[in-house]
Amino acid sequence: MGKAPLLEMKNIKKDFFGNQVLTDINLTLKEGEVIGLCGENGAGKSTLMKILFGADVIRETGGYGGDIILNGEKVSFQSPFDAIAKGIGMVHQEFSLIPGFTATENILLNRESKKKSVLSDLFSDRMDTLDRKDMDTRAAEAIKKMGVNIDQNMLTSNMPVGHKQFTEIARELSKEQLKLLILDEPTAVLTEKEAEALLESIRGMSKRGIAVIFITHRLGEILSVCDRVITMRDGYVVNESETKDTSIAEITKWMVGRDVEGSDADYVTEDTGVNKKIVMSIRKLWVDMPGETVRNVNLDVREGEILGIGGLAGQGKLGIPNGVMGLYQAGGTVTFDGIDIPLNNPRRCLDSSFAFVSEDRRGVGLLLDESLEWNISFPAMQIQDKFLKKYLGGLIKWRDDAAIKEVTDKYIDELKIKCTSSTQKAKELSGGNQQKVCLAKAFALEPKLLFVSEPTRGIDVGAKALVLDALKKFNKEKGVTIVMVSSELEELRRTCDRIAIVSGGKVSGILPAGEQLEKFGELMLQNC
Amino acid sequence: MSNKNIGDYLRRFSVPIMFVIICAVCAPISGLSPSYLANEIVTRMGRNAFLILSLLIPIMAGMGLNFSMTLGAMAGEIGLILVCDWQIVGIPGMVLAMIISIPISALLGLFCGKVLNMAKGREMITSYIISFFINGIYQLVVLYLMGPVIPIKHSTIKLPRGYGVRNTVSLLSMRQKLDNLIPLSIAGVKIPVATFIIVFILCLVIIWFRKTKLGQDMRAVGQDMEVAKDAGIDVERTRIISMVLSTVFAGIGMIIYLQNMGNIATYSSHSQIGMFCIAALLVGGASVDKASIGNVFLGIILFHTMFIVAPKAGTVITGDSMIGEYFRVFVSYAVITVALIMYETNKRKNKSRASAQLALEQEEEVNG
Repeated sequence: MGKAPLLEMKNIKKDFFGNQVLTDINLTLKEGEVIGLCGENGAGKSTLMKILFGADVIRETGGYGGDIILNGEKVSFQSPFDAIAKGIGMVHQEFSLIPGFTATENILLNRESKKKSVLSDLFSDRMDTLDRKDMDTRAAEAIKKMGVNIDQNMLTSNMPVGHKQFTEIARELSKEQLKLLILDEPTAVLTEKEAEALLESIRGMSKRGIAVIFITHRLGEILSVCDRVITMRDGYVVNESETKDTSIAEITKWMVGRDVEGSDADYVTEDTGVNKKIVMSIRKLWVDMPGETVRNVNLDVREGEILGIGGLAGQGKLGIPNGVMGLYQAGGTVTFDGIDIPLNNPRRCLDSSFAFVSEDRRGVGLLLDESLEWNISFPAMQIQDKFLKKYLGGLIKWRDDAAIKEVTDKYIDELKIKCTSSTQKAKELSGGNQQKVCLAKAFALEPKLLFVSEPTRGIDVGAKALVLDALKKFNKEKGVTIVMVSSELEELRRTCDRIAIVSGGKVSGILPAGEQLEKFGELMLQNC
Repeated sequence: MSNKNIGDYLRRFSVPIMFVIICAVCAPISGLSPSYLANEIVTRMGRNAFLILSLLIPIMAGMGLNFSMTLGAMAGEIGLILVCDWQIVGIPGMVLAMIISIPISALLGLFCGKVLNMAKGREMITSYIISFFINGIYQLVVLYLMGPVIPIKHSTIKLPRGYGVRNTVSLLSMRQKLDNLIPLSIAGVKIPVATFIIVFILCLVIIWFRKTKLGQDMRAVGQDMEVAKDAGIDVERTRIISMVLSTVFAGIGMIIYLQNMGNIATYSSHSQIGMFCIAALLVGGASVDKASIGNVFLGIILFHTMFIVAPKAGTVITGDSMIGEYFRVFVSYAVITVALIMYETNKRKNKSRASAQLALEQEEEVNG
């Protein structure tokens, strides 16, 4: 006892361009200790870990405030390589493996055992030949340390996902200096059995004196493996307690519980639309969207409602609109107004009076180098022959510039788009205003059904309120059915009638918007 | 399962199989004797193998088919022209030409590598266009600078107007000197033993190179640049090295090629060499992201058999010798186009395979 902690993080602060994402975070970690870190998306877990790991993005956005003390010594990592040299290892959510390499080769990537060759003195040590035998032994040792058996000669591209995850962990363990391992949602892709093996291996690491920071949404795992659990929300640490003194229900409450008393918003608390006509029904939908896979989703959308789709990142909520609209490979059936809508065919969706405001504003949503006029009128012109003058019985179609200007000005006015004129280029606008242009574009199509994906991502508070109000108004005045996908539960609750929660690629439940937060929290964590 | 495997193999080797069929049909029609055919193939094997082997390293580094191997070919030609003018003959001349070509190819490869690092993911089209650009500079050097700036003495090389190099430079002094260094003939087939030894050594070097740290890094970079970078591999430098090596090998390969031909067509020798080498490699079953030494030799045999028999067969059938010449050029471009299309469709097929897997899993889940 009385030994200095392995890691101390003191008063860590971080803002992205004035947007405070971490406030006064304090965290200590002893040798061999396992702590669980949990919190909703955007709570600041990943940012905190990026600071600790010296990620480039932190430095590029102006560094951080506060001190990191490792082994009693103040450190400030300039790059992940510095962090690795000091004994910190991190396993990311995305795999960082070479597909055509064997497990051994990946475990020892760029740290291969080498033998001197004739040419290495002449040129550089890169001409050394690889010592395959020694590599095999070293990889085998790392795998043994991990305690989970994987075939070290198997090509990564042939491995099941779980083994890929274990390969990454073995890579970290093969580093001699490893003192602290950060695991960012390692069990998200594992089967139950594999996850259990991983937990066992975490226990083993802890016995060897390696400290582990374990980020996961599966609270049961935290309780079973961690010594302490730290809950973050909106950039603060809201709770820190010994795992033996707490429960899943308590942690869930800390994770989602906002100041419920202070809110004066009027939620739709009851499911009033049971008798309404079902306008779109989705059956057995699967979507192959990387990182947002959808599995076997059944969902009914009622006429004239605003249906929210929520859930944690990577659980598949974004895959639903992207799959239905044909942007990613999908299967299953979608019927709208009794008519089957073919999947993987964006044009047919648009012809059926769907519209989609994509979460990828700059990539999918806008023609960045074109004027606002073009951006707003383009889909309507393409799909519905609007804003065109026809000659010779429709043989020749000319753009009707006057009508385009008129409609653009109308939306600029209505949505309060801040711009110099309707001919300004879309890329010159701020994020919030770009989002408004995306909405105007969809409104100009006058759709019957509108998908909106992450409409408030990366925009400021003022624009947020405006965008949400515009959606509500569009819904009320034109009677348009809206399906809105968002990571922010609070925003969904204020805007929607019902909210479907997606977890593990499936709809885990649908609740009226005013339901208690804890219930949403439970659904979010159900399958993930 | 095994049925599917056979299908996969058929698809992968569809180009070589197609060529086997073309050759099998054309060879009897052409009426060429087997010994003549064997002689020709062995000669062309010695002539082209080194050049084609130079393509392997950039493929390993994920930079695709190196259309800018032409750069090395030009460097080799400059070396040979200078050596010819200095009247250094035979093997010493060839060695000197190689020594002159190496720094030039290395510089050109460095330039090309730097440009390709700025055009990641579009290496092939960029290297193709670079080869046109450098061809312009080569013409400037050969047509105007050789004479006034770089001294050229002999009138057999110089254009009558006093500067610039003639359309053809004769290499009589080193013609097939390497091929005939160790004379050997088996059953009437002349074998260029010395050339084969050099090619064999290059093969060994390539095999050994794959086992080095640098080779391993190149494989990593070729498969996933981001991951390689995160692991601390200097991606840009690795890519540049692969281009430099390829260009230097191409330069040496060009000198071996030209000593077999016996003359340099100053303004055109290099222009199609890249295309034919790449076509031969693809005919051997290589693809944009995967090629082996076996592909090189199979490719030379098939592609050049076709080269020899098709014009003859064309002449026999139509009575017009042009048809065969037309056919060989047409086929080279067709093969490259097919390979590029197959590369893209395979990428797409792998993607849809992931989708099918997902659909299948769901099906099982629903039923089970």
